[in-house]
Amino acid sequence: MTWETVIGLETHVELATRTKIFCSCSTAFGGAPNTHCCPVCTGMPGTLPVVNRKVVEFAAQAGLALNCEITRYNKFDRKNYFYPDLPKAYQISQLYLPIARNGHVPIVTEAGEKEIRIHELHMEEDAGKLVHDPWIDQTRCDYNRCGVPLIEIVTEPDFRTADEVIAYLEKLKSTLEYLGVSDCKMQEGSLRCDVNLSVRPLGSETFGTRTEMKNLNSFKAISRAIKYEARRQIELLEEGKRVIQETRRWDDNKDATFSMRSKENAQDYRYFPEPDIPPLELSEEYLTSLRERQPEMAEARRERYQREYGLPAYDAGQITAQKALVDFFEETVALGAPPKEAANWMLGDMMRRLKDEEMEPKDMKLTPANLAALIRMIAQGRINRNTASRVFRAVFPDNADVETYVREHGLEQVNDAGAVEAAVAKVLEANPQTVSEYRAGKQKVLGFLVGQVMKQLKGKADPKAVNAALRAALQ
Amino acid sequence: MKITTEMVDYISVLSRLKLPEEEKERMTGELENILAYMDVLNTLDTSQVEPMSHVFPIRNVVREDEVAPSFDREQLLKNAPQRDQEAFLVPKAVE
Repeated sequence: MTWETVIGLETHVELATRTKIFCSCSTAFGGAPNTHCCPVCTGMPGTLPVVNRKVVEFAAQAGLALNCEITRYNKFDRKNYFYPDLPKAYQISQLYLPIARNGHVPIVTEAGEKEIRIHELHMEEDAGKLVHDPWIDQTRCDYNRCGVPLIEIVTEPDFRTADEVIAYLEKLKSTLEYLGVSDCKMQEGSLRCDVNLSVRPLGSETFGTRTEMKNLNSFKAISRAIKYEARRQIELLEEGKRVIQETRRWDDNKDATFSMRSKENAQDYRYFPEPDIPPLELSEEYLTSLRERQPEMAEARRERYQREYGLPAYDAGQITAQKALVDFFEETVALGAPPKEAANWMLGDMMRRLKDEEMEPKDMKLTPANLAALIRMIAQGRINRNTASRVFRAVFPDNADVETYVREHGLEQVNDAGAVEAAVAKVLEANPQTVSEYRAGKQKVLGFLVGQVMKQLKGKADPKAVNAALRAALQ
Repeated sequence: MKITTEMVDYISVLSRLKLPEEEKERMTGELENILAYMDVLNTLDTSQVEPMSHVFPIRNVVREDEVAPSFDREQLLKNAPQRDQEAFLVPKAVE
């Protein structure tokens, strides 16, 4: 039998506000336990939550960018459950009137183009962090993260492959980064994904029993977990067994999903309207002003880079895929670097370094000013390309000043014609055999001679000038 | 509506309450009475009435996204039944 995998995603994204959703505590990541806390976010009796204006703005902007209908009359609801990561014993969320609904996101995979429908997007608060202390066999609660604003984005079950899921997440991440509503750092938990997955015979209209997978901390883990879980379910069904509806935890080290016993009980959240927060009404003027302020997104920018800067489609696509690269590129160009040069350096030497160091562009120290300086030195003929690559590698980790580095290491190109001619003369004298081969018509030995001259000049000469001087001397 | 002992058990699990047997019996009666009172309310025709979630006619109460100093940690931890230097302590809750 041929099986079809059906996947829906719930993505939690921490918003990049300065303060929490219902109180003025800082949302900064890290910090000693319970130092970004107050009576509101630790659930003390008698406290009242007050909504952060920026959270509503960010959530609405995200909803607009995902082509959703924005709910004009918003309310919050209480989701009740006892777990010590939530000191109030309820999470303030939106169930009945989420801020955005019925959106769609176009994605592209090797299989072609496709549209993923967004079921809804709602605002809620994050929970605290629990760490089990095996020495005292007790759990320690840190509420710094408690009350950090989240949006949860729920898709329809429109995915059929892991590739589609990854394409959607990359699109979502890029969109949210362009909007500046989240930094989307998976390793810090600011973008978290739960995967709902079921399988059914191809062509079937009804859904199979689904499982929900948690603890997926990277795109790679998501992709592997989907493949594993689909295979597990298919094997069960082919053996005549059945899939149990449950939450499963992905274990990255074991490369498998495991049933989470603690979640076995069917959840009963007893939602009811949050009485402490009055309704939020979004006016048409407000939404219009948000629409007008939507930044230029990836596709529009990609087209503009091709049109205005003459970048090849592939290069423009690579740069616009990440907001951090876009910012770096635009700043470098604004500092006077020719766009094509800037793009070449970024997609060549820079991407190579990032890959080797397993770094994200937004975490690197190198500044656009320094890359622009390097490009300027090449244009001025002060260093050649090989030297420039070497300098790039050297300054990349700590953003050491390019000018200073070149000066201190004596890398400036020898543009002194006398020095070049002297080196040429020396090389010709040392290689009479090669010289006669060249004169006998064996043109390709010239490359060897250029190399020898460059070596004499410690690589600091302009290869074009060396070439010209050699040809002149060999006439 | 008839409240069964199973329903009382379920509600007490959700509320994290341990009820002695005799209290469970008392509870079935009390919960039934409460629901009976709701039935009185249900006799009203509300088909033309918008559901109300808030009593006061206020909306859009928001604050600016400006950081204010957090609370003194010692103060926050002061009334915790169990704590250490920097955190609240609870019975084992993670696997």
